[in-house]
Amino acid sequence: MIVKFAPQLINLFATLILLLSFAMISQRRIVTLINLFMIQGATLVAASFLLGYATNQPDLYVSGALTLVLKVIFIPWMLHRVIRKLNVRWDVETLLNVPTVMLVGIGLVILAFSLALPVSRLSSSLAGGSLGIALACILLSFMMMITRSKAVPQVIGFLSMENGLIFAATAVTNGMPMIVEFGIALDVLVGVLILGVFMFQIREKFDTLDIHNLEALKED
Amino acid sequence: MSWLGALSQLLALVMALVLAPLLTGWVNQWRARLQNKSAPGLLQPYRMLHKLFNKESVMAEHASSLYRTAPYIIFSCMLLACAIIPTLSTDLPLSPAADAIALVGLFALARVFISLAAMDVGTAFGSLGARREMLVGFLAEPALLMVLFCASMITRSTSLTTIVETLAHREFAIYPSLLLAGVAFTMVSLAENARVPVDNPDTHLELTMIHEAMILEYSARHLALLEWAASLKLFAYSCAGLAIFFPWGVAEANSPLALLLALPVLLFKLAIGGFLLAVIETLSAKMRIFRVPEFLGTAFLLSVLGLLVNVLLGVG
Repeated sequence: MIVKFAPQLINLFATLILLLSFAMISQRRIVTLINLFMIQGATLVAASFLLGYATNQPDLYVSGALTLVLKVIFIPWMLHRVIRKLNVRWDVETLLNVPTVMLVGIGLVILAFSLALPVSRLSSSLAGGSLGIALACILLSFMMMITRSKAVPQVIGFLSMENGLIFAATAVTNGMPMIVEFGIALDVLVGVLILGVFMFQIREKFDTLDIHNLEALKED
Repeated sequence: MSWLGALSQLLALVMALVLAPLLTGWVNQWRARLQNKSAPGLLQPYRMLHKLFNKESVMAEHASSLYRTAPYIIFSCMLLACAIIPTLSTDLPLSPAADAIALVGLFALARVFISLAAMDVGTAFGSLGARREMLVGFLAEPALLMVLFCASMITRSTSLTTIVETLAHREFAIYPSLLLAGVAFTMVSLAENARVPVDNPDTHLELTMIHEAMILEYSARHLALLEWAASLKLFAYSCAGLAIFFPWGVAEANSPLALLLALPVLLFKLAIGGFLLAVIETLSAKMRIFRVPEFLGTAFLLSVLGLLVNVLLGVG
């Protein structure tokens, strides 16, 4: 029963991840941003478990569990802690022109879809069709990192891009080798820890998390 | 046209007229309950209509004939909209008259007339409301069209009855594009029916209202018709949403037994939908008017995204 609907369900999860990417782009509140990131992680976990069950690959369970522990539990908890300590919990970022950013986002989605369409025709995997969606998520997160001026949303953009990458790998190749998975997970973990330290340092130096302050070489 | 078709068409019309105020009453009741107020009775909208129809109508001195006829035009637009949306059965003799695109056109026609009537008597609030209504309308319409196109793309038809027939009776499948379209549709219906994030139907605070500002000058039977038309619009939107996204239980042609069963199913779905609407309205705060374009722009983009996903994943 589940196996019969597996491709459709994977596509549904892929669409959910894409929807959450768009929600993150237009979200002003930092707390909500972290929660959205957590939901995106949970969707990714569900997709990996389902794909693992449908294709009978226990590797994907491990990959899903790794995502669950890191991206749904540990990193959101740490980000919540960081914003509480930095006292930016209720910060509202003034976004520049959300509709324009969204329009550019739609452009990126079209680009990603047209790039992925010929590739996914070659793929024999269960969820080859969702490669385009995964690619779109990566580009959208990339754009989020470019358009945001505060440090915490940028970090979330980076992490969400990683979500897209993992999903692309899972969807197209039915999971990467275990050693690569572990390597990426460790990378992300260390990256977030270092970025957390950076955030404290930026805050201490400039009294704000706005990274525009880093553009000048010396203080005037 | 069979006698059964005519019967189901008649039934759909009568049911829309009778149930629309009830749905409004149901939503209002739940909203009051969720906000810890004492709730009005379920039949309050009917009492309201009864009271208004028995009053003497007062007209502004400079009102033209447009002002007098507009309520009737708006009411008939909404009634026709309810008639072509498959609520109980897909066997509707009137449905070839208008497809999904014409449905959006019907809503637009009503909007144009209500705005003209609001500006007709020349009060400041009327023009203010009309302008805001147009601001909401020109963004909501394309989004609604795109949502309907998502469903049309899956079923390869713009006729509402064919869409529902295809979605309800083919083998069960999950359409990711309908997920996106569903979110977009919810946002559009909130805006179009003057619901909380965009407009408050109960407000009498002059500076924030949209729909109320336009009908401020109306009284008695004209006001009653406009209120009834507003309920019909909410009913039409709810039924269109249910028909596209939860089409199960709608009867096919030539099945009188299914027609009997369709009514309780529809009532059940409407009760749940009305309750969810009250929950959304309670949980969200009213937006500034300048945020509305952003809200509706998001709805439009989501529905376009739905179309794109449909293209990428291939039509089932």
